[in-house]
Amino acid sequence: MKSLNLSGLEALVVTPETNFINIGERTNVTGSRAFLRMINEGDFDAALAVAREQVEGGAQILDVNMDEGMIDGKAAMVKFLNLIASEPDIARIPVMIDSSKWEIIEAGLKCIQGKGVVNSISLKEGEAVFVEQAKKIRRYGAAVVVMAFDELGQADSYERRIEICQRSYTILVERVGFSPTDIIFDPNIFPVATGMEEHNNNSVDFFRATKWIKENLPGASISGGVSNVSFSFRGNNMMREAMHSVFLYHAIQHGMNMGIVNPSMLTVYSEIEKNLLEHVEDVILNRRPDATERLLELAETVKGDGKKQEKDLSWRNVPVQQRLAIALVKGLVEFIDEDVEECRHLYKRPIEVIEGPLMDGMNEVGDLFGSGKMFLPQVVKSARVMKKAVAYLLPFIELEKGGKRSSSGKIIMATVKGDVHDIGKNIVGVVLACNNYEVIDLGVMVAPELIIQAAIDEKADIVGLSGLITPSLDEMVLLAKEMERKGLSIPLLIGGATTSKVHTAVKIDQHYLKGQAVHVLDASRAVTVVESLLGTKKEAFITDIKHEYHKMREHHARHLEQKNLVSLEEARANALSLNFDGGEIIRPLSLGLTVFDSLDLNKLIDYIDWTPFFRTWELHGKYPEILQDKVVGEAAQVLFKDAQEMLSKLISENWLQAKAVAGLFPANAVGDDIEIYKNEQDNDPIYTQRTIRQESKKAAGQANLALSDFIAPKASGIKDYIGGFVVTTGHGIELKALEFEKNNDDYNSILLKSLADRLAEAYAEYLHQLVRKEIWAYSSSERLSNEELIHEKYLGIRPAPGYPACPDHLEKIGLFKLLNAEENTGVYLTESLAMFPAASVSGWYFAHPQAKYFGTGKISKKQVEDIINRRGEEYDDFSKWYNSIALD
Amino acid sequence: MGQLEKLLRERILILDGAMGTMIQRHDLTEFDFREGYFENHHKSLKGNNDLLSLTRPEIIKEIHRQYFLAGADIIETNTFSGTTIAQADYDLQSAVYEINYQSAKIAKEVANEFTDKPRFVAGSIGPTNRTASISPDVNDPGFRGVSFDQLVLAYSEQINALMDGAVDILLVETVFDTLNAKAALYAIDEVFEQRSEKLPIMVSGTITDQSGRTLTGQTTEAFLISLSHMPLLSIGLNCALGASLMRPYLQILNSKAPFAVSAHPNAGLPNEFGAYDETPEMMAAQIETFLDEGLVNIIGGCCGTTPEHIAAIASLAKNYKPRIVE
Repeated sequence: MKSLNLSGLEALVVTPETNFINIGERTNVTGSRAFLRMINEGDFDAALAVAREQVEGGAQILDVNMDEGMIDGKAAMVKFLNLIASEPDIARIPVMIDSSKWEIIEAGLKCIQGKGVVNSISLKEGEAVFVEQAKKIRRYGAAVVVMAFDELGQADSYERRIEICQRSYTILVERVGFSPTDIIFDPNIFPVATGMEEHNNNSVDFFRATKWIKENLPGASISGGVSNVSFSFRGNNMMREAMHSVFLYHAIQHGMNMGIVNPSMLTVYSEIEKNLLEHVEDVILNRRPDATERLLELAETVKGDGKKQEKDLSWRNVPVQQRLAIALVKGLVEFIDEDVEECRHLYKRPIEVIEGPLMDGMNEVGDLFGSGKMFLPQVVKSARVMKKAVAYLLPFIELEKGGKRSSSGKIIMATVKGDVHDIGKNIVGVVLACNNYEVIDLGVMVAPELIIQAAIDEKADIVGLSGLITPSLDEMVLLAKEMERKGLSIPLLIGGATTSKVHTAVKIDQHYLKGQAVHVLDASRAVTVVESLLGTKKEAFITDIKHEYHKMREHHARHLEQKNLVSLEEARANALSLNFDGGEIIRPLSLGLTVFDSLDLNKLIDYIDWTPFFRTWELHGKYPEILQDKVVGEAAQVLFKDAQEMLSKLISENWLQAKAVAGLFPANAVGDDIEIYKNEQDNDPIYTQRTIRQESKKAAGQANLALSDFIAPKASGIKDYIGGFVVTTGHGIELKALEFEKNNDDYNSILLKSLADRLAEAYAEYLHQLVRKEIWAYSSSERLSNEELIHEKYLGIRPAPGYPACPDHLEKIGLFKLLNAEENTGVYLTESLAMFPAASVSGWYFAHPQAKYFGTGKISKKQVEDIINRRGEEYDDFSKWYNSIALD
Repeated sequence: MGQLEKLLRERILILDGAMGTMIQRHDLTEFDFREGYFENHHKSLKGNNDLLSLTRPEIIKEIHRQYFLAGADIIETNTFSGTTIAQADYDLQSAVYEINYQSAKIAKEVANEFTDKPRFVAGSIGPTNRTASISPDVNDPGFRGVSFDQLVLAYSEQINALMDGAVDILLVETVFDTLNAKAALYAIDEVFEQRSEKLPIMVSGTITDQSGRTLTGQTTEAFLISLSHMPLLSIGLNCALGASLMRPYLQILNSKAPFAVSAHPNAGLPNEFGAYDETPEMMAAQIETFLDEGLVNIIGGCCGTTPEHIAAIASLAKNYKPRIVE
């Protein structure tokens, strides 16, 4: 081959004429804490979504890295690559298997049918290892990244770079028989402007080495990780972006033809302001001795995002109808009352203002949202403008009588009985209202008979149900059955985090034959679905849905038997056996309960993980990079600014009260149970936790885990400990949210709720750290940054009942009793075992150094029966709690 | 340069046609697949054609002979399913060495009967009946029915036995999953190193339908790139498609492959009874367009083709120049 040729399902041919090849780097656990978290939690769907975003965003090679101490890197690499292979839109591009461990590289090479790239090998451990690995890579049919690294260390000068690259090249081509075009050199990109004189020439050395390689080692490519160069300017994105662009501009001129670059951390070279460009180039090209100082001085002035704007009021100069449209599209409430008042006099009847300019503006919003040019937070702000405008006009409309506003349809919305989560439901409600549907929101924890009665009384066109916790799935099935029994035939929409198309098809659809149940993935789909259900193409749409659901049911039934479960006995025999007598167990400093009656919320700010906050608003991407994202960056910045403002207000004005309780107890495992004792000498438990064991078939060397594996068995005679906690930041939220809603301000109501959720998670993180360092104090010397916390770099875990490691919601009852949580925190459990207020988190603490998160996966009916037997008379009628985790 | 490389520059080489189609002409019974070797075997063996090299060697030799007489330069051993993985369906993993060794041996015996021009035997290495890069379970896309390591082990046994039987070429064919083929090439490279002996390697993939992709989703060019790390004698396409439907994908190989290009298409597409209708004349007419365009260096037939088809193709091919390999 004359040039570097790679392949996934499709070919990637790198010729001298090819533009720079961009390597996607977000599927890398060392570079993305969000991705690490997904892998850690086994959320491979989310991990695949990251890969897909990379491909859609223009990555031409996908770098995959699973090098993290806390995960089984080899297993994660194999699983992820195998899953990618089943996604043609991802598998399209070649894979770069990125690891410092040879066993992970080799395992990865055995999974890819295309020609990928190994990243990386080097002469670090001598020629013998280098040759051995290169020989295998060639035999597996991959290209290779070679680091400029040898027995003496990493090359940090021009001379060392070319010496090592030359030596590596000669060995690869002459001794291993490697095709020169399959060699990619990484000649080490190092930071500049570090303040240390010996670093000043780092970029220049890289450029010269790159040029030398291009001229002297024919066929070879040159790659590198660009963000290293601006390392000393962390926190100053504007400066970093400029440095990356300048570096890349020169590197490409010298022959670098591929690299790891975050496209959102890059400005266009020709658009860099002249003065800044000169200063940056002085540093990158090492043009003057005081270049670093001068750049540092300049950096002070360009700190932040540098995009400070004066308030632009020029839009006030256009006719009032246009002003209304602008206010709606931009979500500006400031002038809405006066503009509506002005407009009212231009029309015969006030209703015409709504049906004319206001609806026109909302239609534009709908179109922009539908075509991906507006994002959810912006739409919710537009809705706020609309609501305020309508509220202003209502008294005039009523005065006039008979001016009833026509809507496109009436929709009943509710969060089902036992569930308290309503952010998603509220968002869908706002989006529908924006599109001229009349939304009657029944709120949270709504009993089925109320929902049905409202549907009948209001002559609703559609009923929409929402729920977040797994027991809500059963509530939805129940409601579908009731609607059928009452003879209703209007469409039933199903949405919320635990719902799915397959659940709707298999469990709900069949019980509602008179009408049609439809799963709605997110708010952005809601309008299309409702339009289809109420429009002229209704029949065709329903026929399609019926057909699709029918196929899903058939498929589901066909593949039921094929689930690879081992027997419960086998699973138990393959439990994880840990050491408990080698200092793993540390006696808590203080046993029993610790209650936190109030907390300064300022302490939580640093513990907030913002990425899920943006996800709530359907802005997908990792914080803080999302703020610079090409597509959603602007929307994210505005939302983030609003969030920061509300956060400081809610803290200074004490909108929310935080409460928490943590408890630490002696405990021992008995089989899959964990017995929890009041005192260390006790033999009889005050509570017995029933844990669930994985029953999926495991690869050799992998255990079938249950949480009880992390606690010393009773038979060992070793005393062990367990903890539990409940935190809330939700007290006071209802009042404040209601205040916003009364003021037609759904935007701030939803913003508040999504912030409270983040604060609750932050409190859980904060409390866990306090427990590790002070209360249990098993890790008292721990010092971690927020990033490392979100990375979960600490020892021990805090699995939450109702989530993958212990999907059993019933455990919450025991946990709450143990902690006297209702009294200590004011959080109570609904009949579906949701925590109220919704902004609450509960869980168990395990401190064993090898304790890790896992998912139990689906379990057999047999295990369900076994748990029910073990529970004995504790509760009645509990088989329903296992519907969502048991294999049908 | 080896004898084959030299010949490939001089003329288009002819590969043989279908083995299965020819075996079907014999109306064999279960006993034909057992006699002398597997008489007490606990599973039905009819249809396990590779066994006939042991139990009915004369039939197989006669088929090879007919193809040589029709003008084939290269014939393929009767070892398409000669891996422990494919034979596991019959619980005959233990017969794998014998199948490959004897198949190679009898094919060579027939080749040696001909002295008019050089005749070659290619050891046929099939894809096995499992895929290493897709899951057999739609509900569990991360699952794999066979691992790369298992494939390397199985292929190594087959390759060693074929080489013991003195084949001239190794032909990795009907590649529907490129990862399987990569395992075969890995095994070949390893076996070559262990034996300090090398043979020319041919690879032939299967483009499933007019999407232009392999079963596992690769385009023709991606397929080519994924297997170009080994110094191949030829790369090409076989099976699934008739000659006319295969043409656009051969054009891709023609323009990109640094190796010789081969094609052994089916005799059209199967009719509703699973039989192939294209007559030798029909097929030859389509293949003439390949020859006209200079697309191929090696041409033969796959499912449904017979010595009559090969004779028709051979008599055409001698009038054309081979594709130029750069």
